[in-house]
Amino acid sequence: MTDQTHTLTQSTDIPTTVIDAEDRLKPLDAPALWAYRELFGFLVWREITVRYKQAALGIAWMLLQPLAAIAIYTLVFSVILEVPSGDAPYVLFVFSGLLPWRYFVSSVGRGAGSLVNNAALVSKVYFPRLIIPVSSVIAPLVDFLISFSLLFPIMLIYDYSPLQPRFLLLPVFLFLTVMTGLSLTLWLSALNVRYRDVGPATSFLLQLWFYITPVVYPTFEVPENLQRIFAINPMVGVIEGFRWAILDTESPDFIAMGISVGVVGVLLVSGLVFFSYMERSFGDVI
Amino acid sequence: MVDTAIKVENLAKRYRINTLRNQDTLASQIKTLLTPWSNSADENSDQDYVWALNDLNFTVNRGEVVAIIGKNGSGKSTLLKLISRIIRPTRGRIELHGRVASLLEVGTGFHPELSGRENVFMNGAILGMSREEIRKKFDEIVDFAEVGRFIDTPIKRYSSGMHTRLAFAVAAHLEPDILLIDEVLAVGDTNFQQKSLGKMNEVAGQGRTVLFVSHNMTAVGALCPRAILLSKGNQLMDAETPLVIKEYLKVNAAANGEARWDDLNSAPGSDKLKLRAVRLINGGEVTSDVDISKDLIIEIEFENFDEGAEILSAILLTDRVGADVLASANMHSATMQDDPWFGRPHPVGRFRTRCVIPADTLNDDTYNLNVFLQTKINHIEAEVNGALTFAVHDTSEIRSEWTGKWRGVVRPKLAWNTEFLSETALS
Repeated sequence: MTDQTHTLTQSTDIPTTVIDAEDRLKPLDAPALWAYRELFGFLVWREITVRYKQAALGIAWMLLQPLAAIAIYTLVFSVILEVPSGDAPYVLFVFSGLLPWRYFVSSVGRGAGSLVNNAALVSKVYFPRLIIPVSSVIAPLVDFLISFSLLFPIMLIYDYSPLQPRFLLLPVFLFLTVMTGLSLTLWLSALNVRYRDVGPATSFLLQLWFYITPVVYPTFEVPENLQRIFAINPMVGVIEGFRWAILDTESPDFIAMGISVGVVGVLLVSGLVFFSYMERSFGDVI
Repeated sequence: MVDTAIKVENLAKRYRINTLRNQDTLASQIKTLLTPWSNSADENSDQDYVWALNDLNFTVNRGEVVAIIGKNGSGKSTLLKLISRIIRPTRGRIELHGRVASLLEVGTGFHPELSGRENVFMNGAILGMSREEIRKKFDEIVDFAEVGRFIDTPIKRYSSGMHTRLAFAVAAHLEPDILLIDEVLAVGDTNFQQKSLGKMNEVAGQGRTVLFVSHNMTAVGALCPRAILLSKGNQLMDAETPLVIKEYLKVNAAANGEARWDDLNSAPGSDKLKLRAVRLINGGEVTSDVDISKDLIIEIEFENFDEGAEILSAILLTDRVGADVLASANMHSATMQDDPWFGRPHPVGRFRTRCVIPADTLNDDTYNLNVFLQTKINHIEAEVNGALTFAVHDTSEIRSEWTGKWRGVVRPKLAWNTEFLSETALS
């Protein structure tokens, strides 16, 4: 509980902690977070280890899933429905959208329930609660990197080269994806502590979200006058960025991109404030 | 040089009764918002709050080992949770000088899929040890836990004994300035408990400050020179342990052979199941003075609100220092003949369970009755520790032959038979 606790260091090296009932909102208590960096590392490590220990096929499974998704989406949307994908081959087009989208779904899906799933920890030990949702957003990056490794062979098959400066901007867009997932996770995980129906609501929300995100269809198919409203969905900016960096499509609409980034910023800051507000009662209600 | 380790001033914690009920869903919240005529104005009235702790004041010096004792619901655990920063106070202030580690439960964060080794590191980190510290103490921890070559096996394959030993071993090797302990000694078999007690003694002897919450008065007496007694959130006494234990037993002794909860809101239990009354019947009378030569009937009345629940009743008798004497439950394997309601879905309504402790079972002494209602094995729905206290009096003819105090916890009449085997020649 970062808000009611402040650590003063006295002249001796014995740390003094004062706990009182004062209301202090500290959305980002950097020293406290730094002090618990090892626990954070262990939480991320536990998420990853447990995930891969349970999966019998291990990494093979992580490769199979995106490949199956690519195959199905290509069959349904390109072959049957003939959705256009610009100059790019549909396989590569849909994969460049699926990469960030799949990460987003698994980070928010796991992150939303993260505090409740760790109720035993939250009700028994003190640490900055923020490290729980953050670690569950970081852990799926491993899945992301494994499916990302598929990108190179697929690019080579379609004669696309990853050796271009734009490709180096991918980490920037990945960062934007992580921040999008994190901002939503902060809101949902904190709400979930108090309202247990947030869990099922989240998977429903993510299902609907898929349809307003240009994963299987291109943004240019969206009517001109709706484009800006469309960009309020931060995943639009993210996927536009990924496609631009991978497929060398025409440069993304920077205003739309700006809107997406702005929305993420607002969600993230408000999420941090909301989280630290809710955090004070986690121990009481979880 | 400050010699104070913990300073608690006017500490109070208030809970809203609403938050204790488990009906908070977003849907119900929205419904309340959309129903303007719902009587939300009442929500802030005083009756909706309970004070779990009220105006606590005490100071613990560095190196002191202090016990916090009190009945269930007296606020002991709330106090530890406040000091360990898991919940925040409503009023007042706590000052802590030094690194704090809290052991509110052993094995927090243990994951069944991870190996013993991995769990030691994980659990250590959760309890506030650095990776370096754990690495240094790793061999010692494994040694103490007696899990040896199983250290790289996933702990889902561990026996429950190994599991608790490993969990306790990590906890026992913490080296904070201030250690908060809640009931962790109640793990493992007697041997391991003995070893754990020794380890706690060692920790206490190293000049660490320890706050120790326990029902086990033997452990409290052995470990802590000073004790603080809490009752209903108030600080009743802060003195030398023997004096406090005496007071605790006095406060705890129920005056009669019946405990009733007529008000459903304060009755122990959950939304699904509430305990309504516990009674001791001996010789046809409700009493807390039990004649050893007559059957003792323990009567438990409860109310079920969950249509179709399978309910298990259980009792645990403890002696005056908190050591277990006898446990029983109305399950198939533990009864002389099947309880007609055991294993059957209970309709909504009120039930009475009776357990008969035959005459000449318990020796004359004072016992505490703890009552549990469970819906599954290991899932306690309602629990009252120290629901009643009763004294067994040896009034039978046994005393005309032997006038001293009969030794032992139980005093059954057993079959004895001596035979004459052969003559022995006297030289």
